Amino acid sequence: MYGFEMMSFNIKDGFLESIVRGHRSGLLTVADYNNLSQCETLDDIKLNLTSTDYGAYLVNEASPIYTATIVEKCTQKLVNDWNYMRTQADEKLATFMDYCTYGHMIDNVVLIVTGTLHERDVQELLDKCHPLGMFDSIATLAVAQNMRELFRLVLVDTPLAPYFSENLTHEDLDEMNIEIMRNTLYKAYLDDFAAYCQSLGGATAEIMGDMLAFETDRRALNITLNSIGTELTREDRKKLYSNFGLLYPHGHNELAMAEDFDQIRSAMEKVPAYSGIFSKLGYGESQMLDKLLYEEEVKKCVDCFEQQFHYGVFYAYMKLREQEIRNVMWVSECVAQDQKGRIADGIVYLF
Amino acid sequence: MKDLTHPLVWFYIPVTLTWICFCISVGNPAKFIDYDWLWLLFRSMSPYFWSALGVALAVGMSILGAAWGIFITGSSLVGAAIRVPRITSKNLISVIFCEATAIYGVIVAIILQTKIEYVQPVDGVWDRYAMLSGYAIFGSGVTCGFANLVCGMCVGIVGSSCALSDAQNSTLFVKILVVEIFGSALGLFGVIIGIIMSGAVTWSGAK
Repeated sequence: MYGFEMMSFNIKDGFLESIVRGHRSGLLTVADYNNLSQCETLDDIKLNLTSTDYGAYLVNEASPIYTATIVEKCTQKLVNDWNYMRTQADEKLATFMDYCTYGHMIDNVVLIVTGTLHERDVQELLDKCHPLGMFDSIATLAVAQNMRELFRLVLVDTPLAPYFSENLTHEDLDEMNIEIMRNTLYKAYLDDFAAYCQSLGGATAEIMGDMLAFETDRRALNITLNSIGTELTREDRKKLYSNFGLLYPHGHNELAMAEDFDQIRSAMEKVPAYSGIFSKLGYGESQMLDKLLYEEEVKKCVDCFEQQFHYGVFYAYMKLREQEIRNVMWVSECVAQDQKGRIADGIVYLF
Repeated sequence: MKDLTHPLVWFYIPVTLTWICFCISVGNPAKFIDYDWLWLLFRSMSPYFWSALGVALAVGMSILGAAWGIFITGSSLVGAAIRVPRITSKNLISVIFCEATAIYGVIVAIILQTKIEYVQPVDGVWDRYAMLSGYAIFGSGVTCGFANLVCGMCVGIVGSSCALSDAQNSTLFVKILVVEIFGSALGLFGVIIGIIMSGAVTWSGAK
């Protein structure tokens, strides 16, 4: 019941909520990014980051440091925070936190399967996987030749199994199929996650409904953008859109029909929440779109900390930390490749 | 079962059950409500029962509210203090405010119980002053108890937000403390009315 979670929320989740708010106050601010932008070498960046929450993770790294190491250590910080909270979490919150990581799990599965298709070494692929999306049998993914095997040999024991069994086909794995598999899995995952959040009720349902609607609309937009000019039919494209979100159902019909960027734009602009984003975008520049969407997401995540007694903060913290890692990676790459003029283009400021 | 805060659990089911029991069990089944029977029932009830219930509710409800507030504040405070240890001693004030509601309850309970005197029923009928005293103590206890119950929850929720916001920005502490003080004052209203109500107590009719 709305409002009454104030009285019972803290019984199980009060401690973790304040922990996650503590982690949030450790996120890099504009001032930190300004300092990072002044750096001349990657060692300077490391020095700057040691004065932040990342300090303990970076301080013992040997001197010729690489972007990959910095990103890995920053991800390690997120993973450690997350696992600490996950082990403390009581039921409902624990399931919620698991749901948050299924997205990474899907990405990992797709990464391994694609890598195997290109005959990469499994160990090398495993190193690239996101640590939050790991599961026990992930290394055996490489043996699967088609989707049915993939499901029966490996994924049946993972939490992804229900999403998979809905969309099982006999087709062999190829580039196109894998991409479709990723998106059907994501669709089923987001539908399921949204239904779970609604079942929690209260402020969690309200806030997560908003954030997941944005997430799914962004995916619908990206699917449409990427499928223009491919052999994906309109019906198949429409099957990949989730069954909720601000675009559902009329926007999805229009997106399914869209043939070029301007048609997508007119479909998206009919939703007031997105017309603001597209009005910042000049005609003909679709490159900026990604950054604008990331900014919108960050804004939603930061806003969600304004309310207390709900689970959205955990999801938002993960998204913010991931955005921060992308920022750090961008800054480090710019510094490493001597492109300091472009640093400001890629950073999405959190606060 | 849905969670305990669902209105089905805390409102509709108890009210329906109570109504059914009431209709079935009270007095003459030919009448919907047998007022004669009810009058007999309430007249024969000992005023000491009402007095004891009043004292119990005053202290019990207040302590329930205080405990509820303290765990709401406390769990947030403990979590937030891991990263920002400076907030602990300042935010103990929130816990103390919750504690105060329990103290209000104890004070009123002590006042009420000192008012209880010994009288005897005459031919099984209680004197009307004794009845008045019993109901006065009961009402006073209920007023104080429920006022302090909700006051404790209110202070607890504000105190939890206070701890979290103090951890982010220490200038917010004093501002939220003002809100908390006003929340804490709510319990005092219950105490004042409770004490005024218990002023009517005269067991033997002699002022």
